[in-house]
Amino acid sequence: MTKEITTKLLVIGGGPGGYVAAIRAGQLGIPTVLVEGERLGGTCLTIGCIPSKALIHAAHEFERAQHQAGDSPLGIRVQSPSLDIAQTVRWKDGIVNRLSGGVGALLRKAGVQVIKGWAHIEDGKTVRIEPADGEAVRMHCEHLLLATGSEPVELPMLPFGGPVVSSTGALSPETLPRRLVVVGAGYIGLELGMAYRKLGAEVAVVEAAERILPGYDEELTQPVLDALEKSGVVLHLGCSVQGFDEKHGVHVRSARADEFALPADRVLVAVGRRPRSTGFGMESLQLDMAGRFVAVDAQCRTSMRGVWAIGDLAGDPMLAHRAMAQGEVVAEVIAGKARRFEPMAIPAVCFTDPEVVVVGRTPGEARAAGFDCIDAAFPFAANGRAMTLEATKGFVRVVARRDNHLIVGWQAVGQGVAELAAAFTLSIEMGARLEDVAGTIHAHPTLGEAVQEAALRALGHAIHI
Amino acid sequence: MGIYAIRVPDIGEGIAEVELVTWHVQPGDMVAEDQSIADVMTDKATVEIPSPVAGKVLALGSAVGDTIAVGSELVRLEVEGAGNLKENSAPAPVHQAQVAPVSIAKNNPPAAAPTQPVAPAQIASVSSRPGAAPRSAPAVARAAGERPLASPAVRQRALDMGLELRYVHGSGPAGRILQGDLDAHAAAGGQVQAQGPAGYAERHGEEAIPVIGLRRKIAQKMQESKRRIPHFSYVEEIDVTELEALRAKLNQLHGATRGKLTVLPFLARAMVLALREFPQINARYDDEAGVVTRYAGVHLGVATQTEGGLMVPVLRHAESLDLWACAAGIASVAEGARSGKAARDALSGSTITLTSLGALGGIASTPVINHPEVAIVGVNRMVERPMLRGGQVVGRLLMNLSSSFDHRVVDGMHAAQFIQAMRALLETPALLFVE
Repeated sequence: MTKEITTKLLVIGGGPGGYVAAIRAGQLGIPTVLVEGERLGGTCLTIGCIPSKALIHAAHEFERAQHQAGDSPLGIRVQSPSLDIAQTVRWKDGIVNRLSGGVGALLRKAGVQVIKGWAHIEDGKTVRIEPADGEAVRMHCEHLLLATGSEPVELPMLPFGGPVVSSTGALSPETLPRRLVVVGAGYIGLELGMAYRKLGAEVAVVEAAERILPGYDEELTQPVLDALEKSGVVLHLGCSVQGFDEKHGVHVRSARADEFALPADRVLVAVGRRPRSTGFGMESLQLDMAGRFVAVDAQCRTSMRGVWAIGDLAGDPMLAHRAMAQGEVVAEVIAGKARRFEPMAIPAVCFTDPEVVVVGRTPGEARAAGFDCIDAAFPFAANGRAMTLEATKGFVRVVARRDNHLIVGWQAVGQGVAELAAAFTLSIEMGARLEDVAGTIHAHPTLGEAVQEAALRALGHAIHI
Repeated sequence: MGIYAIRVPDIGEGIAEVELVTWHVQPGDMVAEDQSIADVMTDKATVEIPSPVAGKVLALGSAVGDTIAVGSELVRLEVEGAGNLKENSAPAPVHQAQVAPVSIAKNNPPAAAPTQPVAPAQIASVSSRPGAAPRSAPAVARAAGERPLASPAVRQRALDMGLELRYVHGSGPAGRILQGDLDAHAAAGGQVQAQGPAGYAERHGEEAIPVIGLRRKIAQKMQESKRRIPHFSYVEEIDVTELEALRAKLNQLHGATRGKLTVLPFLARAMVLALREFPQINARYDDEAGVVTRYAGVHLGVATQTEGGLMVPVLRHAESLDLWACAAGIASVAEGARSGKAARDALSGSTITLTSLGALGGIASTPVINHPEVAIVGVNRMVERPMLRGGQVVGRLLMNLSSSFDHRVVDGMHAAQFIQAMRALLETPALLFVE
């Protein structure tokens, strides 16, 4: 005899989209139940953004320490540092635990009931939950929110297991590999590849495209490319992987059909993620799809009444902050408010070193969209703060319409530019023109001055260049 | 490839500046030789400026509504062969700073390359009348499918109010929709249709119409006239029963072949005859020089309502025209003014003006003298009234003439005598044809 529970809103998935929707729904007084099979926080908090940033930070600090151990121009002299990778992972796990626990506390505070277990959809209003412990529950709900997220794509010739890991495995290493081969030069592969390089591994990257970070333009990726080369990461662009054996390593075929092997004691496959749309009975709803994603409207409604989808399941870009924003929209729509998910821009950050930020349209995208645009970049080489941080690589670039100077895009590459995403996105959401940013006092000395200077330069009168 | 700058040509004697009224080209357009590139306005004439060469428009030197000096750069073209400018001269001073007016244009004019220094107005007069605040930015017309520009808070409030931002006018920079625009839109009935009759809703819309082009000219002329000329007005009643009978007869006899006559040619004829006795009224007074110039010929200004506003085309030598020639002449100059095809000399040089509102004439009016003339005669409505004639009440057709005179140079008595002379001629129309 299964237990029957009735609620107004049932959220499947406790990642950034699902937990935000549930908290907001709870705040609005909607009886809400959230089902999560693993840990609250989802990919982002437990096996994605947060742990990777922790590892990247640790790697960065280790590299700085090594940098000082040499002949530091800053005059700092330290003994040669060493790394206890197990402690690094424990430290990272501590952060993840704290955040995941925090999400649980927030959900409790909002009055959301959390059930740990795997959901199986029976129909658009009924979901069976098999908890890890205890008996199965049958949920009846008025609204069903699908927030199941995504999972790493597996390559058939490089199945996960043993030394072949996904990003999840790469974020919890028990030991450091001596030679790591990263398959895929997208942001996940490069972020982790660079971190491992800093931690001391020899790193080679295999990418089928002819360039790294294929989503970004070459001007933006050039500083990253320079940094990869400088740090000794070996790039094999235009190459495809054929397989792996522990003796020879990763078999690679180049564009000219040469075959060679890259010795490796660990292989990170980071060739993308796919929405998690199977395995929990969603097929039975026969929802309209948009390619591999569930098709949703501006309010995140699927083709079935009362069934909603958000986050990685419901389209690109697969980014936590997009899922969170959608989760809020859905909760408020269910609460009877008029809401739509229609941001002017969704920022995207790549935590390589240097970091890359893209908000809105790049010059090429603006042109392709039929806008007559001007763009201008301000290099960090001309920024005082960047010099004091030994971070003069990179630039801030702005793209604006030529006719009314409305800003349609910002891009930046450089150390620490991730934090500029807030200013970029706000200016676009507020409909700022170049003159608005140019006329705003930006604190000196900060990297943010480059933002103002880029706008000034687009207007033809930058001061410091 | 060379760069060719087209400058504002010398359009007429004594004209130092013109107002840009319309662009016929946009940056990026190909222009053929002699193709019209812009309309500029002087005094009251609108003149088309043709391109002397063929080429591609690089930049516009001015925005619509700007007053620009003769000789200043109007348009910069890229031409085959050598141009008349050095390639490396400063980039065309496009309105980099003054974005809004430029943005009216559908094709976006290329601003000077942002990385290059912008030459400060090489064009003598580029835009900016001193003190003229940037005109409240005309909103950029949103292209189909283009998203309205509004901050997240405004967007959310619009959703709460049930407003579609697409339909809301944005008054902010670049057409940004502000909180106040939502209020104005809702107040204007954007959303409150259901609540009570909209006809009684408070309306809060405001629209700032820049006074430019012809309207500015009219405003200047009217102000000038009223400020300089001490007007005095005189209204007299005319019995036009006989005149109308004659007009009906003439139209019956000759309407089919010579065209129908209105009352205007008769009035013109009466003026021509009456003015022979009063040459001081057919005159122009240059008050700065202190000279009144009297004219032997009568160049009759005909006040004409056009789409753009009031214009006064001139019927030259009205004294030499018979009724039908006069009628045809009036029709011709009025049509010229209305269609905007009037040549500059068809719009200046009048010595006295006749103004008629036809059926809208009212019973009296106080016409404003067309400076530097000294008199204007207005025609009021014709109406049948009961009148006493020889002790009998009879129906007569009556019409008032309302006239104004420059009292500095026309004495009241002479003005009255002039109108009385017209009256005598009009009441006994046979006299119109007696030399």
